[in-house]
Amino acid sequence: MATKPNIPNFAEIMNDIKSGKIFSDIAKQITESQIWTSSFRHGYADTPRNRVLQIASNVWLHLHPVKIHRHALRIKFTWCMGGITFLMFLVTVVTGVILMFYYRPVGEYAYYDMKYLQYDVPFGMLMRNMHRWAAHSMVITVWLHMFRVFLTGSYKPPREFNWVIGVFLVTFTLLLSFTGYLLPWDQLAMWAVTVGTNMARATPFLGHEGPFAEFVGVTSRYDARSVLLGGSLVGPPALLRFYVLHCILIPLIAGALMIVHFWRIRKDGGISGPL
Amino acid sequence: MAAPKKNENDLPDKLHVWPYLVRLEFLCSIVVMIFLTVWSITIDAPLEEAANPSKTPNPSKAPWYFLGLQDILVYFDPWFAGVVAPVLIIVGLMLIPYLDVNPKGNGYYTYTERKVAIWVYAFGFLVLWIALIIMGVFLRGPGWNLFMPWQYWDPHKVVALTNVDLPYAFGFRDYWMSSLFGGAVVIGYFVIGTGVYFFTERKALKSVGFMRMFIKINLLLIMVGIVIKIVLRLGFNIKYVWVTPWFNI
Repeated sequence: MATKPNIPNFAEIMNDIKSGKIFSDIAKQITESQIWTSSFRHGYADTPRNRVLQIASNVWLHLHPVKIHRHALRIKFTWCMGGITFLMFLVTVVTGVILMFYYRPVGEYAYYDMKYLQYDVPFGMLMRNMHRWAAHSMVITVWLHMFRVFLTGSYKPPREFNWVIGVFLVTFTLLLSFTGYLLPWDQLAMWAVTVGTNMARATPFLGHEGPFAEFVGVTSRYDARSVLLGGSLVGPPALLRFYVLHCILIPLIAGALMIVHFWRIRKDGGISGPL
Repeated sequence: MAAPKKNENDLPDKLHVWPYLVRLEFLCSIVVMIFLTVWSITIDAPLEEAANPSKTPNPSKAPWYFLGLQDILVYFDPWFAGVVAPVLIIVGLMLIPYLDVNPKGNGYYTYTERKVAIWVYAFGFLVLWIALIIMGVFLRGPGWNLFMPWQYWDPHKVVALTNVDLPYAFGFRDYWMSSLFGGAVVIGYFVIGTGVYFFTERKALKSVGFMRMFIKINLLLIMVGIVIKIVLRLGFNIKYVWVTPWFNI
């Protein structure tokens, strides 16, 4: 006969629950399992070793250095504006992907998809509002970030190059916002973009109304503006172009530059501070 | 129980990012996300009637962040206000670290150690960029005319255009003579401005370098020139300073 399996009686189980032993047993079972130990390579106890590993072994956090200067934590110094700008970018990425499920960048559909989003899609209006207000906030916070960096002289050696990357990022933030402005395909969108892109036809040499255009031979159908719009006015081809620029090309470029920007902060010796 | 207050100098200079920075970022994100969510629940993004290429609204405004540029269209032709000025702003901003050779004020707030730099940037950002945007958003009505906040945006408002070109105001009537005079004024402004700067700062020439000083003063002269043009237009009804067959300034 096999030995009788050790089945705990009811009183023992109740005792374990009351004393809390059962919870530490379950926690031990989980944290010592192969799944857990392969996912989390260090403990959570607040030790210097774990503090380092939290940053160094986490792909999302490892863009940070493991240690920073005390002054870099002061909100009075940083205004938190760079971080908030990045957060706003992430918000527009998430809400933007959701909006892309419902929106078609086609002249016949675009405006009605907006109406559909606003009135029929669950949380559609909220997603649209968050996308738009985050985009506007991002424009403001990136300007304030730049102002702060100027006031603290943080563009000075050795951080000159990162300032240049930052100016590119400000420009791409504005271009992201501007290309998105056309997509609702309403009067506000069409005419704001008409006003904005009309400037391109005054480009010296390359715009058909610009200085010295007659020496180049550009026409209203073939100049800097028509390349941008895919035609001589803001029509369906412009909508498609702006959609592709807004959802694919500019986010890719801006994302790549952000990686460089954040990386260079560390490589240039962390955020600036008194020497 | 209050812990005894530690002396700042006794604390370690470097801190662990986890938890000190990460928790700050986390809290900051939560606050901002709450703010953004409340904003998005309470205020809807605008959606006007469907796009209609045959119905031009008056006024037609660019997105608000470009309204500073749209506003200088009053004072400059589109090739400058819409193309050359934005390019100069972007390039000029990129050049800042290479033009500003003052080693002081690196990594801390100071006004006394870099007065000129802070004045130039604050003027460009707060006045030429932000103030013009605020004006463009709130004060520019139909026909891009100025309206005070309490005034009705009358689309039929008639504003007499009595502007003349600068050479005309100085008595020049012949086209080519006017053009020569205008050219002399514009080029003279830059030549004299550059000359005066190089003369007053001649001691710095060796340490700062010719190119650096030349680019710096000319970018500054362009920025000041925009202000001069605005004053000439608003105060003296001057339209163009320099008229040529190819471009007007």
